This record gives sequence, structure tokens and C-alpha cells, in this order.
Amino acid sequence: MKVASTRTNFDVETIRKDFPILSREVNGKPLVYFDNAATSQTPQQVINAIVDYYTRYNANIHRGVHTLSQEATDAYEQARVKVQKHFNAAQSHEIIFTSGTTHAINLVASGFSSLLKEGEEIIVSALEHHSNIVPWQMLCERTGAKLKVIPMNDDGTLNMKEYEKLLSEKTKLVFVNHVSNALGTINPVEEIIDKAHGVGAAVLLDGAQAAPHIKANVQELDVDFYVVSAHKMCGPTGVGMLYGKEEWLKKLPPYQGGGEMIATVTFEKTTYADLPHKFEAGTPDICGGIAFGAALDYMNSIGFENIASYEHELLEYATEKLQEIEGLRIYGTSAEKTAVISFNICDIHPYDIGTIIDKLGIAVRTGHHCAQPVMDYYKIPGTVRASFSFYNTKEEIDIFVEAVKRAKNMLS
Amino acid sequence: MSNNIKEIQNEIVDEFEMFDDWMQRYEHMIELGKSLPLIEEKYKTEENLIKGCQSKVWVHAELEGDRLIFTADSDAIITKGIIAILIRAYSNQHPKDIIDADTAFIDEIGLKEHLSPTRANGLVSMIKQLKMYAVAYQTQLN
Repeated sequence: MKVASTRTNFDVETIRKDFPILSREVNGKPLVYFDNAATSQTPQQVINAIVDYYTRYNANIHRGVHTLSQEATDAYEQARVKVQKHFNAAQSHEIIFTSGTTHAINLVASGFSSLLKEGEEIIVSALEHHSNIVPWQMLCERTGAKLKVIPMNDDGTLNMKEYEKLLSEKTKLVFVNHVSNALGTINPVEEIIDKAHGVGAAVLLDGAQAAPHIKANVQELDVDFYVVSAHKMCGPTGVGMLYGKEEWLKKLPPYQGGGEMIATVTFEKTTYADLPHKFEAGTPDICGGIAFGAALDYMNSIGFENIASYEHELLEYATEKLQEIEGLRIYGTSAEKTAVISFNICDIHPYDIGTIIDKLGIAVRTGHHCAQPVMDYYKIPGTVRASFSFYNTKEEIDIFVEAVKRAKNMLS
Repeated sequence: MSNNIKEIQNEIVDEFEMFDDWMQRYEHMIELGKSLPLIEEKYKTEENLIKGCQSKVWVHAELEGDRLIFTADSDAIITKGIIAILIRAYSNQHPKDIIDADTAFIDEIGLKEHLSPTRANGLVSMIKQLKMYAVAYQTQLN
């Protein structure tokens, strides 16, 4: 397997050439793409991997004796090893390919149905993506377990004192996002894991927003489960990962029945396949898995240290520039945050700002960012969220800030 | 389509034709939003909330004689402008004429992009809601 080497010089102009979409225009203006926290753009290297798969070796995997099937199986399993290496999992069968973060979370929640007893507790944080709260509510309804919530502070950090109070021998699982999608807060996950393990609870981290910026080391974190989506880290949509410690993945029952996940089937009894296939029923997104591997190669070739330091520079620059606008309030001001700025101006509706700046070629997200509990906390309908990636530039931030000023003038 | 509604629609199209670029059109729309006949606070209920909008839009309908009167509000000013344009054309009209009216003028005033059903502003939902009120009141009149 080719080992990706890190580029010695971080040159954003060279990097931008890898992303064909960045040269398109929107509403007659050059695209400024600041909606990276929703989905990242795709470099040519990943597009090539997708084209190459369908051009040369598209075949179903694992059972075929023919060459194409063998090549596809090898590429898919190599991708699994790439994901394993990237997140430093101990073994490749601890990596389960899923359709994305949501699927991975549901897989774990469903598995815990048979492990949880009435009266036991699950802890989630107030910073969660609300669609990620639903699987736990459903799990609690099924099992009679209770859902507890770690409250947040004004600056968008988690109230760790309250977290400690919530933990007890009843706690069986703690679910927290590594980075908040609405605010960009990087949560103190080491401490969260440590304390949870202290009472014997497992920890599932939602790494969807962290993975594009931080290379998580699952063994060092000692986390029990870690989930990500490929499309937020330069990969394709529809594929993601569940990392689980082997002992946990063995404990959880299969999630879906179907091909791939079985060893033997009779009408009397089915024995399940070994990991990781136990959790990968049916034909997976073969091409997606391979392209996910290509995306990790690409990001590692740029280097996560380079990415983090450059994005931090963009964050500081944009924060400073935006704060020059009178009446602008930034939500989520933790010292530890990724390159995400969630803001409002006076009482202008975020939707209005988003609509006007779209006319100027700028893509941001507006609304509650699927984090209604966070919006309720601040008593706002939503925010404008600009999220930067390593292929963005300070010049784009200048264009963005000017556009926001123009929108403000029009709307107030 | 009733001549009356068509006339108002043409009037709106003429008005928007005076503007050279999208910015002026949006500025005008924002101005129109400020002139929206506001819904009474007591009608700002969950029931009157139009689903499918990123911003909140409330619409209330009331029959005066044989004509349907709409009032509305939104927490976003551009949305308010859009609903103001619709209400200008459809309010104070016979329910039957509202049911029959087309929406081609939205395209003509350069707001075509808002007509896509996947747009978060819910213009399509707003039109549907106005027409549903018209259908409901039409049956009352029959």
C-alpha cells in the first residue's frame, strides 16, 4: 500500500487547484464556499478514485472468485485498513463501514437495547445535533432507561461540574460530540472518557465535526466507540465509519439481517459472521468505502497539523473582521474551537442574511443547524454559520465580510 | 384567472421591471414586507404557521362578504416581502378566483429561484396555504 507523504509546504493556491468546484461561479460571482461543516468539497484525487472504480473494477465483493471481484474486495479492505491506520484502531475489524454518522449512532443505540435495563442511564450533551438525540430517546423508550443531559455554559462549552454530578453506577453510556456542529466547540473528550470509565460507562463520540480538523487517536483516547462521515472530510456522501473496541462490537448483537453478515443459515438457526461483517449486511457502498480511503490519503498528504494551524489562522482572521461589524454577536466563544463561526446581527433573521449573501456567491448555513436545544439556550431562531476549510482563503473571508455588511445595510 | 388578480399581478411585474439588478429588487421586496397587512397577535398560532419555511410565517384568512382577506407575518424580512407580494395579489378576492389564479408572475419578477419546492423559504407552501384557505371558504360560500 502506498503511504501518503505529507507535503512540506502548505500552499493554499496549489491545494485549491485540486478542487474543481472551487472555480465555478454562483449568481455570476466566484463561489465562496463556507458551508464546510455541512459537507466538504471533493478533490480531484477522490473523484478519480470513484471514476477508476466504475471504469476498471466495479464488482460485488467478498464472494466472487473472478478477478474483478477480487480487485474490488482488495481495494475495499485496503480502504478499511487506511481508516484503521488513520484513527489508529488496534485492528481493522474494529472498523465498520456505515452509511454515515447517523447510521453508526443508530447501530450502537440499537445494540444497547439488549444491554440496558430499566432504571439505568444514558448521558448526552446539550450540544448535540438533535437528530442524534432521537436514537437515545427511542432507546430509552424501548428499555426504560433514563436520558440525562449535560448542560452547556454561555460560551458554548459543556458544564463539566454538572457532568460529574450526573455520573453514577447507573450510567451505562455517555454520548457526546467531539466538536459541536452548531458552535464549533471542541469538547474535553479525554476528561469525559476518563470520568465515564471511572463509573464503568462506555463512551461514544460523534466525530463528524472533529474528523475534518483533528486526527483522533482512538487508542490513545481509549474511547469505546467513535463515528464519522466521509463527506465531511473530502470523501463522498453515503459512507462513514463506526469504530468500536473489539470487546464492545462482540457484545452488541447484529443491527440488520442480510447477506455478508451471516456465517451459516438454516431455518433453525443462523450463525453470524465475524467482525466486521456481522454489522455490514448486504452489499455495502463499495465505491464509497474506497473513495473514503482516497480522501484520507488526500488529507494526510496535506497533513492534519498543517490543516489545523491554517484553519486556526482563518478562524482568527474572520473572527476579528466580523467583530468590526456593529451589532454582530458570535455564539460559541470557547478558546478551544474549530474553524466555525456562528453569529447573528442585531435582530436580523439569519435566513435574510443567508439569502442576500447567496446572491453574492457565498454559501453559508442558516437556521438552527439541527441543534435546537442550543438555539433554545440562546433564545434565538438560529444563526448564520460560516465554517472554513483548509482550501479557503483570507481573500474569501474579505469578500464574505463585505457581503455581510452589505446584507446588514439592506436589512436594517 | 380573474382580471382583477391578473391586473394586480401585472402591476407588480411592471413595478419590478423598473429595477436593474437583483439588489434593487430585493430592496423593493423588503420595502413591500414592511407594508404587509399584519396578522393580529392572537392569530399567530401553531395552526396558522406555514410548515416548510426556515423562517416563521403565519397566515390568517377571513371571509368579508364573498371576498377572502389575508393577513400575515414573518420573523424574516425577505419572507415578509414574498408573502406581502402574494397577499397583494390574492387578498380581497373571491375564493374561486384565488383557486384559479396562476403564479407565473413570480417568475416574471425575477423570483423564480424561490419557486423551487426545495427552497427553504417555502414560497410554494405559502401559495398552497393561500389556495387551501380559498378552497375551504369556497365550500362555505356554495
